[in-house]
Amino acid sequence: MSAEFLVFLVVALISVASALGLLLSKNAIYAAMFLILNMVSLAVIYLLLNAPFIAAVQVAVYAGAIMVLFVFVIMLLGAEKLNAPETRPGLKWQQPLALALGVALAFQALYVVFARGITAPANVIEAGPLAIGRLLFTTYLFPFEVASILLLAAMVGAVVLTKKDN
Amino acid sequence: MTDIQPVILLSALLFTIGVVGVISRRNALIIFMCVELMLNSSNLALVAFARQWGNLDGQLFVFFVMAVAAAEVAVGLALMVAIFRTKHSTNVDELSQLKG
Amino acid sequence: MAILLLPILIPLIAAAINAVFGPKLGERTSGWLATLACMASFACSVVLFAQVAGQSEGGMNTNLFPWVWVENLHVSFGLLVDRLSAALMLIITGVGALIHLYSIGYMHGDSRFSRYFVYLNLFVAFMLVLVMGNNYLMMFVGWEGVGLCSYLLIGFWYEKAKNTDAARKAFVLNRIGDVGFIVGLLLMFSVFQSLNFSDVLGVGETGFKIGAAQLPFVGLITLLLLVGATGKSAQIPLLVWLPDAMSGPTPASALIHAATMVTAGIYMIVRSHVLFDAAPSSANVVALVGACTALLAGSIALRQYDIKKVLAYSTVSQLGFMVAAAGLGAYTASIFHLMTHAFFKALLFLAAGSVIHGMEHYAHNMAASHDEKHIDPQDMRNMGGLARKMPLTALTFLAGALSLAGLPPFSGFWSKDEIILAALERNPVVFALLAVTAVITAFYTGRQLMLVFWGTARTRDARNAQESGPLMTLPLLLLAILALFGGLLNFPGGLWLEHWLEPVLGAEPAAGFNVAIAILFSTLTIVALLVAFGLYRYGGRETQVKAQTGLKGALNRGWYLDDIYRAIFVIPFYALASFLARVFDLGGIDGVVNGIGRLVNTVALGARRYQSGFVRMYGLVMLFGVVAMLTWFMLSAR
Repeated sequence: MSAEFLVFLVVALISVASALGLLLSKNAIYAAMFLILNMVSLAVIYLLLNAPFIAAVQVAVYAGAIMVLFVFVIMLLGAEKLNAPETRPGLKWQQPLALALGVALAFQALYVVFARGITAPANVIEAGPLAIGRLLFTTYLFPFEVASILLLAAMVGAVVLTKKDN
Repeated sequence: MTDIQPVILLSALLFTIGVVGVISRRNALIIFMCVELMLNSSNLALVAFARQWGNLDGQLFVFFVMAVAAAEVAVGLALMVAIFRTKHSTNVDELSQLKG
Repeated sequence: MAILLLPILIPLIAAAINAVFGPKLGERTSGWLATLACMASFACSVVLFAQVAGQSEGGMNTNLFPWVWVENLHVSFGLLVDRLSAALMLIITGVGALIHLYSIGYMHGDSRFSRYFVYLNLFVAFMLVLVMGNNYLMMFVGWEGVGLCSYLLIGFWYEKAKNTDAARKAFVLNRIGDVGFIVGLLLMFSVFQSLNFSDVLGVGETGFKIGAAQLPFVGLITLLLLVGATGKSAQIPLLVWLPDAMSGPTPASALIHAATMVTAGIYMIVRSHVLFDAAPSSANVVALVGACTALLAGSIALRQYDIKKVLAYSTVSQLGFMVAAAGLGAYTASIFHLMTHAFFKALLFLAAGSVIHGMEHYAHNMAASHDEKHIDPQDMRNMGGLARKMPLTALTFLAGALSLAGLPPFSGFWSKDEIILAALERNPVVFALLAVTAVITAFYTGRQLMLVFWGTARTRDARNAQESGPLMTLPLLLLAILALFGGLLNFPGGLWLEHWLEPVLGAEPAAGFNVAIAILFSTLTIVALLVAFGLYRYGGRETQVKAQTGLKGALNRGWYLDDIYRAIFVIPFYALASFLARVFDLGGIDGVVNGIGRLVNTVALGARRYQSGFVRMYGLVMLFGVVAMLTWFMLSAR
């Protein structure tokens, strides 16, 4: 068992634990913190998988920007304690059923993954910002521009939606 | 790290947890975060596949997913703020006017 | 050959002009336009008549353009003017023109003046199509067209429910006959592979013989044609519409329901005489139907009080004479009677219209107020002594009545005599029926003359009656002359009409003239007239309106034919209709429709519970779908 795999194992455990924490936490702020932890742990795994640029973006954009936005909204709305009592007694069976289906999905995924082994080549390719950037501005130029328009539209949308009617 | 299988496994587990969260939680904000978790798990798979095939296309995909996720979060949170203004609640069970 | 089209086209164009611009033209222009169109048509007919007279036989037969051209059914829009149709064209347009002229006066002041003339012109056009068509389909078009005009004119004053009921009754009964006619045409086509007169009847051919293969079907075809004739010519069993048809304007009754349209059935039988000659048993049926109708309608006319109803039943009776004559093979006599009847019956109707007009004079012009008791201007019990008030009308009516009664030398005598003679020679039963009818005819004619014109005026309206204007009396005079001298057409000495029609109808056994029979019937007629004069000199006992019982009541109610038909057909039909409407339609059809609606509603009510509005429910269902699909893929990938 290599050191790399050992690191992976530890980080993987942390990420699963933090995901479960997200799933089970009563407090929205805690949930957000668990999600940040999960994202950071995934960033570590990205590093192990020869994706340093993505790892950096993961921390900066996801764990940084997006989650800050989340926390900001939670605070703004004062919605951190929102484990409201079940108001729909008719839907009580829904959560166990969701869990059962989730487990079924997980087992299906396990089955598919274990059906055959997947190994990667030993040599790694250059995956720094330079390589990513070159690809981004050559092959993926058009999707890149579309993504920029999408972000612009999202910004306009967010402004319109939150604006008070006056 | 050359063995991809455990990574895919982890991705599947995280995805499942995200799905269960989306379906079973009632707080819209947590549902939203679970959606982010699902996106992250797929990102993980994409990075793993990029490693497997030895090229960067998977990583580029992750990059775009992040862009889309950012847009989605911006609009989604704006929606949530707007809804909270009128309903004073983020419980999705309270938002069930669109029914037959 | 376009001149053949002119007599039809001119009234049609006039009708179109009146239909579009009529109300703006004013009464004078509108009425004279229609009248002049009919006169022009008459002029064309005269020209055509002269042309036909110049030819030895055959006439003019032209196919103007292909009309129905499918598979082996080839029907042209074709016109045929031979001696038969030329003669009838003269009657239609000639009598028609006089009636148009009369109508200008009669319809004066009517709110739908120009519309009346549209119908009248349209009628003339269709009637000409009927007699000028060179195939049965053209005849059928005219047949239906005149039926339509008849319907429109019967219900002309549609504000009264009685009139529209009468119009509907005429329409429905005519349709029953038309079904027989059209089935006959279908059978004819399947047997002869053609509907053209030239193929079926051999018109314009000498020595035409129906093929041996077709002969067995001719009996059935002719019977079906007879059904058509009973509808249009008001014979048993479809005769009940004609008396009710009198609710239309009187001149229209004169033109359509006395002089021309109702004789279409006779024209059709005479035109198809080749077929009827080939089917003697059918011809016998025709003769019997005609004779029975003559007696039945004549007997009903004995006890009618409405001046027009008497004439209507008498028309049915006289049509029975013509049909009987046609059935006996005395086609010339039939056509002869058709012509004389057209003259004297049109005259009688127009004179009756003049009487009604005069009777209405008081109510329209002199009544102090509208509150005064309204008196039925058509009820003969309200008349009496009108001869002094309306001398011209009385005189012309007298001419028509004596002609109808069959008094020599009036035209009706000669034609009726010919028919009775033919019956005597060929069928004793028919002879007996017709002989009785002839006497009855004289009796009710005398009764009518007495009730209307003799004695003293019985009501205020009759006392104040006034002679009609010259527009109305001039046609009366002209028709009276025709009624007086129409007998010359086939005067026993010359038999001009018989020779004229010989190329069309073939050589008939020459109608003789039996002096004994002529004297016998003249005497009977005079006796019947005198008895009637005696009985009704002072209005008789019938001047009081009272319930009629026994035989009198039966005759007054038309042998209860209407009531019988109502009981047998109308009431069960209404019951069936109401059953279909209430049970079948509301219960069955509506039940199915509403049931489907309710089913959808129920399903939707159940299904809407799954549209709960809970996002996590939707997500759950979606996840379930994903799991199910993955399971399916995994199982099938194995």
